[in-house]
Amino acid sequence: MPSALPLGDPAPSDGALPPTAAAGSAERDFGLYVHIPFCAVRCGYCDFNTYTAAELGGGASQANYAFTVQQELQFAAGALAASGVADRPLSTVFFGGGTPTLLPSADLARVLRTAVDIWGLAPGAEVTIEANPDSVTPESLEELARAGFTRVSFGMQSAVPHVLAVLDRTHSPARVPLAVEWARAAGLKVSLDLIYGTPGEDLQDWRTSLEAALALEPDHLSAYALIIEDGTALARRIRRSQVPMVDDDDHADKYELADTLLKSAGMAWYEVSNWARSGEDQCRHNIAYWKGHDWWGAGPGAHSHIGGTRWWNVKHPAAYAQRLAAGESPAAGREVLDKDARYVEDVLLRIRLADGYPTENLQSPGRRAVAGLIADGLIDPVAAFKGAVILSDRGRLLADGVVRRLLPD
Amino acid sequence: MARTAPVPAATDPAIIRNFCIIAHIDHGKSTLADRMLQLTGVVEQRDMKAQYLDRMDIERERGITIKSQAVRLPWELDGVSYALNMIDTPGHVDFTYEVSRSLAACEGAILLVDAAQGIEAQTLANLYLAMENDLTIIPVLNKIDLPAAQPEKYAAELANLIGGDPEDVLLVSGKTGVGVEALLDKIVRDLPSPVGDASAPARAMIFDSVYDTYRGVVTYVRVVDGQLSPRERIQMMSTRATHELLEIGVSSPEPTPSKGLGVGEVGYLITGVKDVRQSKVGDTVTNFAKPATESLAGYADAKPMVFSGLYPLEGADYPVLRDALEKLMLNDAALVYEPETSAALGFGFRVGFLGLLHLEITRERLEREYNLSLISTAPNVEYEVTLEDKNVVHVTNPSEYPVGKIAEVREPMVSATILAPNEFVGTIMELCQSRRGVMGGMDYLSEDRVEIRYRLPLAEIVFDFFDMLKSRTRGYASLDWKADGDQVADLVKVDIMLQGEQVDAFSAITHRDKAYAYGVMMTGKLRELIPRQQFEVPIQAAIGARIIARENIRAIRKDVLAKCYGGDITRKRKLLEKQKEGKKRMKMVGRVEVPQEAFIAALSSDESKDKAKK
Repeated sequence: MPSALPLGDPAPSDGALPPTAAAGSAERDFGLYVHIPFCAVRCGYCDFNTYTAAELGGGASQANYAFTVQQELQFAAGALAASGVADRPLSTVFFGGGTPTLLPSADLARVLRTAVDIWGLAPGAEVTIEANPDSVTPESLEELARAGFTRVSFGMQSAVPHVLAVLDRTHSPARVPLAVEWARAAGLKVSLDLIYGTPGEDLQDWRTSLEAALALEPDHLSAYALIIEDGTALARRIRRSQVPMVDDDDHADKYELADTLLKSAGMAWYEVSNWARSGEDQCRHNIAYWKGHDWWGAGPGAHSHIGGTRWWNVKHPAAYAQRLAAGESPAAGREVLDKDARYVEDVLLRIRLADGYPTENLQSPGRRAVAGLIADGLIDPVAAFKGAVILSDRGRLLADGVVRRLLPD
Repeated sequence: MARTAPVPAATDPAIIRNFCIIAHIDHGKSTLADRMLQLTGVVEQRDMKAQYLDRMDIERERGITIKSQAVRLPWELDGVSYALNMIDTPGHVDFTYEVSRSLAACEGAILLVDAAQGIEAQTLANLYLAMENDLTIIPVLNKIDLPAAQPEKYAAELANLIGGDPEDVLLVSGKTGVGVEALLDKIVRDLPSPVGDASAPARAMIFDSVYDTYRGVVTYVRVVDGQLSPRERIQMMSTRATHELLEIGVSSPEPTPSKGLGVGEVGYLITGVKDVRQSKVGDTVTNFAKPATESLAGYADAKPMVFSGLYPLEGADYPVLRDALEKLMLNDAALVYEPETSAALGFGFRVGFLGLLHLEITRERLEREYNLSLISTAPNVEYEVTLEDKNVVHVTNPSEYPVGKIAEVREPMVSATILAPNEFVGTIMELCQSRRGVMGGMDYLSEDRVEIRYRLPLAEIVFDFFDMLKSRTRGYASLDWKADGDQVADLVKVDIMLQGEQVDAFSAITHRDKAYAYGVMMTGKLRELIPRQQFEVPIQAAIGARIIARENIRAIRKDVLAKCYGGDITRKRKLLEKQKEGKKRMKMVGRVEVPQEAFIAALSSDESKDKAKK
């Protein structure tokens, strides 16, 4: 059962956006997210909108998927133009999933080509694809690079077999270095995803995973605490006491270990869960999310955001395909953020970044909270004097509480 | 059933029988009363609902009677029509005074005992009261239809208690109706008729007073001497207040106006007053034009024994609580309250109650009838604190405990009677000893049941004593207590501090020997209940400046969502909005956010689930 969509307002079937969405759009970056909702197996912890062949049944085949997404991209071009949103080349593109590399490279290339045909790519554009180390070959990676992908993000998760087993990950740890080597050979930048706090993982296991990842000298690394989402197989197993619950203190220990090891390997944090070898290696597509830029999310369940209007597509691939075949927007619902909501999002997203949040943008309750946050060691005092609220090491782990204190009651 | 019922105001006292039913809770009093209403024909079969006389929802649900009622029943025996007045009495120790007034209105009492359980302490206490009032007792075993009934055993126990022959104990079943006719006959035959002076100035005793939204206060009286008539002016002898008698009548069981009430009769008065304090239980009503010179004996003001702070969960509900208390007070002369402010809980009231059940019922009525959510602080008794400068302070709230040099503290005492199977004597004594009790004596009621008497500090029994007693005796023990003076005691106030900030709601006055245990218990409880904060929170218990217990709530280390990408943002914002809503339900103690649930949980006893029925 993939995660539930938010409750929102109805979205118009022609995809029209309110005038507020278009305002100032020329000044903002524009990105594209393409969701590939397929996996070979569903991992026990995953609540993403993804389906195995068995779950899907008929009506929405992987073979037709590239064509359906191309339909959405055409639809997007029409809807954006009709709503008066500035036509901009894509600054970033991100193919995520699911397991994008389950689709033939040719299909992925075709979708990317369609997007480029419509909007074009900005100079130096970042084009990322997520991949499972199991589902790539030297040839497929080369094909992707030729098609215009610049960066690959591997779901490594852990280097420890018993941890991977709890996560239901099927790849063998030995496969990761190979995949990284092939990606490098194809000229792609490499990012690795790690998960910590898996039930049964001890601190030494985590250190092993971090060291294994660092040995591959990735350009970029994301480390996520495992979130036990309701409705996942893992949540059920914890409820039945088949695997132990993990507490936040364990997460904190592991986060601190990650930060220490990554820092000494020359990787700096630029967002709560993300580290990069240099400023150039940061994931610009994700930064666009945190800075409130525009993006179109294509694919079932994908979220989009254009100038304060946010919407999300219907979740099921079959329903999604039907909408597009009928020439209708695949959106299931949307929300038009008011000024207050935009401020809330601005604070809660940007505070996660190493750049922090400009104090001059804070409303007065937030400004009043700054001194207390310094006193509690949650933000960097020197940065605050210079005009930015930047999380301290401790504050990064308590960012949600910091946000609550910065926002009005 | 009587063919012709005697007419009120013109009834010869010789054909009147006034009686009450003394019974423990769930020994079947209300069911028996229902059966009597049906047999005498005052309630038609089709109008019958179980526990007809228990009018409040809470009474029906808990199976207890809080307010007494009086019903006039016609009954014919040997060709003579009689008027039987059944006065239903409250069954709980908290309402002993009301019981005593109900008993004073009767010539006889049915001692109703469950044939499967035997007599309980409360019943025994009320039986003593009845015997003190010289009532004629009719012993009855109820529920003889139950397979577990042991009529021979308990008939012998009753005969042993009140004298007489076990053969004389009537066997009935309120459920099936077996023996109820015989009981009505026996009431007529055995109970004396009331005696009074019909030509003397009226003297009627108030045994209950109930506020009715539509009619104002309805006062239940038993006429001893003289006559009360509609439209006349009457006077309350304790306050000298006069009222016009707008309506007088009898309940059968719905109120039926009459031409008055004469000697020995039981009925109701309506004067248009709006507050039961103007028509107090135990007071004597007389004719204003021809007043009696001497009031009937036994009047006493209800005295609150247990005090608790009541606070609305939502501060905005304070006016609602104030209005609700005002309204409840109209119907409850025993309820006293005054505004109180707590640093932790905000604005509320310190309310005095007759006992714990009274507290619980009042709280439940406030929550149910006025849709309030309340926090009640730990119950306290009234301490008399003498300072070294000889000033005396009465303390019902730990926060009022004087800080200066204290010469002496006196605490209220009770004498408690516990009935239980003899196998539990040891554990009961252990419990009473641990509550600073001094044993007064012990008697065997029958071969295997004992009566144990203890003198205990009231403070030791108001919180969880009864629950402990029940759990140690597998529910078999019963308890009765009455006030019994006071004693000097070595008492101290224990303060609880969060991050150095005193939380008045958690302070307690305890015996010095128990202060440490209280401090450890409360700090431990709070450590479990208060969520971790962004900073470390020490919880301390202290007597004055001396720390006696300490716990630490470690600072939270992680509170950040690891992933926050495009599809997570809406969810994340909504989660934040929910958290902010949640924060509004927090009480701030200094910088510490304390959930209201923590206050409720910390202030309630662990076994609070099971204390509804006593």
